[in-house]
Amino acid sequence: MFDISYSHETPEGVDLEVELAGPFVRCLAFALDFLLRAFIVCLMLVVALIIGYGNQFGWGLFLLFLFLIEWFYPLLFEFFRGGQTPGKKAMGIYVINDDLSPLSFSATLTRNLLRAADFLPLAYGFAFLSIVVSGRFQRLGDLAAGTLVVHKHQQQLESLPANTEALAPPAQLNSDEQLSLIEFYLRQQQLSPQRQQELAQLIAPALNLSHSDAVRELHLMGAWLLGARGQQ
Amino acid sequence: MKQQDFELRHERSWQALEQDLLQKDNSDELIQLPERYHSLCQQLALAKQRRYSAALIQRLNSLVIQSHNKLYRDLPRARANFLYYLVAGFPQAVRRNRAYVGAACALFFAPGLLFFILCWFDDSLIYSLMSYEQVKDFEAMYEPGNQAFGRERQSDTDFAMFGFYIKNNIGISFQCFAGGILFCIGSIFFLLYNGLFIGAAAGHIAHIGYNETFFPFVVGHGSFELIAIALAGAAGLKLGWALLSPGQLGRISALRLASKDAITIIYGSTVMLLIAAFIEAFWSSSSSLANEVKYSVGGLLWFLVIYYLATAGRHLAPR
Repeated sequence: MFDISYSHETPEGVDLEVELAGPFVRCLAFALDFLLRAFIVCLMLVVALIIGYGNQFGWGLFLLFLFLIEWFYPLLFEFFRGGQTPGKKAMGIYVINDDLSPLSFSATLTRNLLRAADFLPLAYGFAFLSIVVSGRFQRLGDLAAGTLVVHKHQQQLESLPANTEALAPPAQLNSDEQLSLIEFYLRQQQLSPQRQQELAQLIAPALNLSHSDAVRELHLMGAWLLGARGQQ
Repeated sequence: MKQQDFELRHERSWQALEQDLLQKDNSDELIQLPERYHSLCQQLALAKQRRYSAALIQRLNSLVIQSHNKLYRDLPRARANFLYYLVAGFPQAVRRNRAYVGAACALFFAPGLLFFILCWFDDSLIYSLMSYEQVKDFEAMYEPGNQAFGRERQSDTDFAMFGFYIKNNIGISFQCFAGGILFCIGSIFFLLYNGLFIGAAAGHIAHIGYNETFFPFVVGHGSFELIAIALAGAAGLKLGWALLSPGQLGRISALRLASKDAITIIYGSTVMLLIAAFIEAFWSSSSSLANEVKYSVGGLLWFLVIYYLATAGRHLAPR
């Protein structure tokens, strides 16, 4: 099994955490980019034919453009659009330096020039090999540039407005305990009242809750843990 | 301390930080950002240790990430650095890596020279490298009977060739670089292959006696183009060598370190190829210039390029 979480300790001693993007999602992103690129090239060919009808100017323009698309399409997008080509954006992944700071220009240039080596021997064979072996899903270009491809959206808990009714838990809870209460609050629509009552009875003694009101009080605590503070 | 008191006490500084994050990177308002960020990190650690609510920790965590990105962003100071890079950074990087540059030049120029001489004396050798049609094609390009190498060239044709040279030559140099990461093998292959090909073609042209058209054509841009390709190959060799012989570092760390200098060289090599493509399309192909002029200018350019790489920025401290 691959471990997809990666964390980096900042100089201030805080651990930042991201989730690495695996080979499958990266292949899809690449395929999308490939289609988009092919479409742009076709469009440019039409433009070149219109401009260059009867002379060579349009042809030169087209070759220049082909060169730019071939080598600089990912680079320009990654540098100016926060590490995302359109394909990566659609798949919700982006490129980042491995100290988790935003992608620098030299890094994106390195990783995109080395694409030529990743592509060999055919169909990104070396890239695939490197992704599987490196342990952080890095292709050769990523290894040399020190970059990672990571998921953009981590699971985020939605905060509740502060004036939602809430109740502070009677004791300090660790993060697993907190998450259980939050999940209990968030899933109240999906669980039958009987089942909720059943679950609440299990935990009621530990938190000194009254039997009759345990479900409601647990919900209020879940809300409190999500940022609600009740009427103040 | 209860979480509510904690939130009350720090809420204002968190809001100030959120305001900071909206400012431009060079704004004077950001003077307090590092300080606020440091306290925030401490507060996050406290909140985690005291097991405050998940929502609060998540909010502080996302603030930390945004501030970290703001603080450690690689600011584009390209404009200030560009001149320094041309005057000193690039030639210094080339000289710092002269072992790789020497090896790349040997791999590129030695087989080129050898095949130039061989093809000059042996009529048939060229056909072991290229097909009959390819040979006919490039023979036709330099046939002296033609006024301007194949056909009368207009400026729009010049531009078309400019596009072709950019795509072809810079593509080759990028390949010479990228192949290096495969333990040098790719760089060695592309350097040898291109050196061989160019040398053999030049030798064959000399053999059939199209000297008056070919050599004045290539002498102008050859300095920039050939040296730039060798430099790109040198950058690739540096990457590969870091993997083969990482010294005291781990292989990946050695590769990361090597890629710094390598990419510095690639910037310069690419600029040289742009210049070469420009000269090739708009100067070398001109049929109105006397060959003497082309030889003198071409020779001067060779001298200047080598002199620049060997001496520019000698007295400036490396940055």
